[in-house]
Amino acid sequence: MVEPAVDLAHGHAHDDHADHGPQGWLKYLWSTDHKVIAMQYMFTGMFMALVGGFMAYVFRMQLAFPGIDVPGFGAVSPGEYNALVTNHGTIMIFWVAMPVLLAAFGNYLIPLMVGADDMVFPKINRLSFQVFFVSTIVILASLFVEGGGFAGAWTAYPPLSAVAEYNLTRLGSTLWVIGVGLEFVAFLLGGINFITTLMNSRAPGMRAFDVPLVVWMIVVASILFMLSVGPLLAGAIMLIFDQTIGTGFFNPAAGGDPILWQHLFWFFGHPEVYVVLLPAMGVVIEIIATFSRKKVFGYRIVIFTVVATGVLSFFVWAHHQFIAGIDPRMANIFTITTLLISVPIAELCFVYIATLYGGSIRLTTPMLWALAFVAEFLIGGVTGIFLGAAGADIYFHDTYFVLAHFHYTFFPIAIIGTFAAFTYWFPKMFGKMMDERLGKWHFWLTIIPFNVIFIPLFVLGMGGQHRRIYNYNLHEDLNSEMFQDMRILATGALLVMLAAQFIFFYNCWKSGRSGPKAPKNPWKANTLEWTTESPPPHGNWHPLRMPVVYRGPYEYSVPDREDDYWPQNEPDGGPLKVIDGDS
Amino acid sequence: MAARAPVIPFRPRPTKKKLVSDAVLGMILFVFVEIMLFAGFISAFVIIKARAVGSVWPPPNQPRLPFAETAVNTTALIASGIVLLIAHRMFLKGRGLGGGPAELGAGQAGSRGGRMPPHGSSGGVLAGFGGLLSRPVGRLLVAATLLGGMFVGLQGVEWLALIREGLTITSSTYGALFYTIIGAHAAHAVAAILALAWAAVRLRRGTLTRDALSAVAIFWYFVVLVWPFLYFVVYL
Repeated sequence: MVEPAVDLAHGHAHDDHADHGPQGWLKYLWSTDHKVIAMQYMFTGMFMALVGGFMAYVFRMQLAFPGIDVPGFGAVSPGEYNALVTNHGTIMIFWVAMPVLLAAFGNYLIPLMVGADDMVFPKINRLSFQVFFVSTIVILASLFVEGGGFAGAWTAYPPLSAVAEYNLTRLGSTLWVIGVGLEFVAFLLGGINFITTLMNSRAPGMRAFDVPLVVWMIVVASILFMLSVGPLLAGAIMLIFDQTIGTGFFNPAAGGDPILWQHLFWFFGHPEVYVVLLPAMGVVIEIIATFSRKKVFGYRIVIFTVVATGVLSFFVWAHHQFIAGIDPRMANIFTITTLLISVPIAELCFVYIATLYGGSIRLTTPMLWALAFVAEFLIGGVTGIFLGAAGADIYFHDTYFVLAHFHYTFFPIAIIGTFAAFTYWFPKMFGKMMDERLGKWHFWLTIIPFNVIFIPLFVLGMGGQHRRIYNYNLHEDLNSEMFQDMRILATGALLVMLAAQFIFFYNCWKSGRSGPKAPKNPWKANTLEWTTESPPPHGNWHPLRMPVVYRGPYEYSVPDREDDYWPQNEPDGGPLKVIDGDS
Repeated sequence: MAARAPVIPFRPRPTKKKLVSDAVLGMILFVFVEIMLFAGFISAFVIIKARAVGSVWPPPNQPRLPFAETAVNTTALIASGIVLLIAHRMFLKGRGLGGGPAELGAGQAGSRGGRMPPHGSSGGVLAGFGGLLSRPVGRLLVAATLLGGMFVGLQGVEWLALIREGLTITSSTYGALFYTIIGAHAAHAVAAILALAWAAVRLRRGTLTRDALSAVAIFWYFVVLVWPFLYFVVYL
C-alpha cells in the first residue's frame, strides 16, 4: 500500500509531547494516555483476578475436604468462609469483570477504533483510574482489618450487612461499601469519557453505522451503567449510615424496609449483568467477523437489539426477589420481562452463528475463545429460563443451580471474553505475536475444567444444595457420598483450571520477550486500530495522518476485490495517493 | 459473468461536526447520573413513607418540617437559577462584557471556540472584584452565587432549628431520610456554588470559556430544578 505523501520529517512532534510530563515510572502513574490507563486497569484487574481465584481455591478446598488445612491458607473458620465467598463475588465482578472488559478494553479500543488521538477528557480518565486504584486498596485493606473482610454476601442484604452484631465484621463491612462506592465513581467518570468520545471524536467520515460493534456495545454498556448506578449509590450511602451512625433505613424495627435495599441493589444489579455482557459480546463479534472473513450478519439489527436489551434490562430486576415476599402479581410481570429479555440475547447468538455460516473460518486462539463464549454463554442463558420463571425459581432460589447458572454467564463474560479480547489485541497492545500452541493448550485446559467444575454444581443445586453453607456434611440431607464426590470433582477441576492459568502468564511473558514482531495488521482486519503501528504511538497516529473513514467495519470478502478485507480508511479508488486540500 | 456494480458508492470526505460540545455533553451525562441518584433517594423516601406504621407520616413524636419558611429558601434558589440563566444567555451571545452600555465585548465574542478576550487596556481600572461587578455578566454571576449561598445558609439555620426541636438523623427514619436527602442536595449546592465562584474568577481573568460556563450552569440548573421535587416530596 502506498503511504500518503506527507512530510514525515516532523513525525516525532507529537511523541515529544509525552515527555513534557513526569519522567520514568512516574510517567506511567500520571499518564493521561488512554492506552497506558487501559493497561493500568488491565493489570490491576488481572492481579485482582488472582486474588479472587485464590479465594475460590480456598473455599472450594474447604467444601471438598471440610476442615482441611488448606495449603497456603490454613484451616478455614466459618467466618473466614463467609468473608471469602463474599469477597470472591465482589472482587470478580467489580474488580475483574468491569475493569478489564469495560474499563481496560473500553479505554484501549474506543479512541483507536473511532480514529481519535485520545479520550475527550484525558485528565478525567486518569482520575478515573486513580479513584479505582484507591478503591482497590480499600477493598484489599478490608480483608485484613479486625474481624476480617465483609461476610454478608456480595449482594449485601440488610439487616445482615447493616448490623455488625449479625455479620460480625464491623470495620470490614463499612470498608466494603466504601470500596464499592469509590469503584462506581471511577467507572462513572470513565463512562462519561466513553460516551463523549464516541459522540464527538469520531474520525472524519465515520457515521454512526460505521462504528465497530464492540464500540457500540461498550458505549451502550456505559450508558446502562450510568443510568443504573445512581440508585445503588443512594442505597450505599444509606447502608453506610445504617452501619456507622445507627440510622434505620433498612431496619424494620426502626421503621425502615430491608426489601428497599434489594430493590435498589438489583435495579443496578441486573443492568450490571448487561454492562459486562455487552463488551464481551462486542469483542466476540469482532473476532468472529475477522476470522470467518465475513460481513457481520445484520449489523444494524445487532445495534437495535443491543439497545433493546439495554432498555429491557431496567425492567427485570425483581426476578432476583421472587421469594423475598414481593407481590405475586408483580412476580408475574417480572417473569414476562425476564423471558422477553432472553429474546434479544438469543437473537445475538443466532447473528453470531449466521456470521459464521459459510465463512472461511480460521481457528486461531482468539477465535476459539470467541466460539467458546457463544457455546458456554448459551448454557448460561438457557439455564436462566428456569430461574426467570417465578414458579420454578421458588425451588431453585439460592441453590447451587443459581450459582452454576451465574457462573455459566459470568465466566464466559469475564474470563472467556477477556481472553478472547486479550489474545486478539495482544499484537496491537504489545507489538508481539502470541504463541499459538501455548495459547491453545491454555484454551483447552481452561474450557474443559470449567465445564467439569460447574456441571456437577447444577446437579448439586437440583439436589437441594443451598449456597453459602460452610460445611455440607453437617446437614444430613446433603451429606451423601455422591454429593461429596461431586464437590471433590468440582474442586479438582478448579485446581486444574487455576494451574492452567500459569500457561497463560508464561505465554504472555515469553511472547512479550521473544515472540515474532507483530505487523500493523496481523489478522487482516478492517477496523481502524489495525492501521497504526503495533503498539500505537502516543497520539495513536501521526498527527498528519489521522484516519479518514470511507466504509463500515465489516467489508470482508467483497466480490471483485483482490484482498478479502477492505480497511475502513481505504478509499474506493485504491490506496490513497493525494491528500484532500480541505484540512 | 457480467461485471458487478461497485458494492459501496463513493463517499466524499465529510466534515466533522459536533452536535454538543465536549464539556456540555460530559456534564449532561453526569447530570443524568445525578438525576438517577436522587430518583433512588426519592423512591426510598416514598417506599418507607408508604410502609409507615399505621400509615402515620410524619411519625407522631417528630416535629413537622417548616414548609412555609422553606418557601423563602426555595425562592432564593429559583431566583438564583433565573439570574444565572440570564447571565449564561448573555455570555453565550457575547453581550454584557463591557464596562458600560457600549457593550465592548459584543463584537469580539463571536469567534468560534468561545474564549472571551481579556478586558485589555482597561485592566488597571477593572482589576479585582470591582472589575467583575462593572460588567453586567459579572454582576449577574455574583448575584446568582450569592443567592445560592443564601439558600445554603438559610437551610443551615433551618437544620439547627430542627435539631433543637428533636429531629436528628437517628431520631427516626423520617429524620434520617430528611437529613440524608436534603443533605445530599446541600452538598451538591455547595459544590455548584464553588463552581460558580470559580467561573466568576475566570470571568474576571478573562479566561472563562463558553463551554466552561455552560457546564457549570447546567450543573447549577440541575441543583435548582431538582429542589422543587425534593421540596414537595419531602417537606409536604
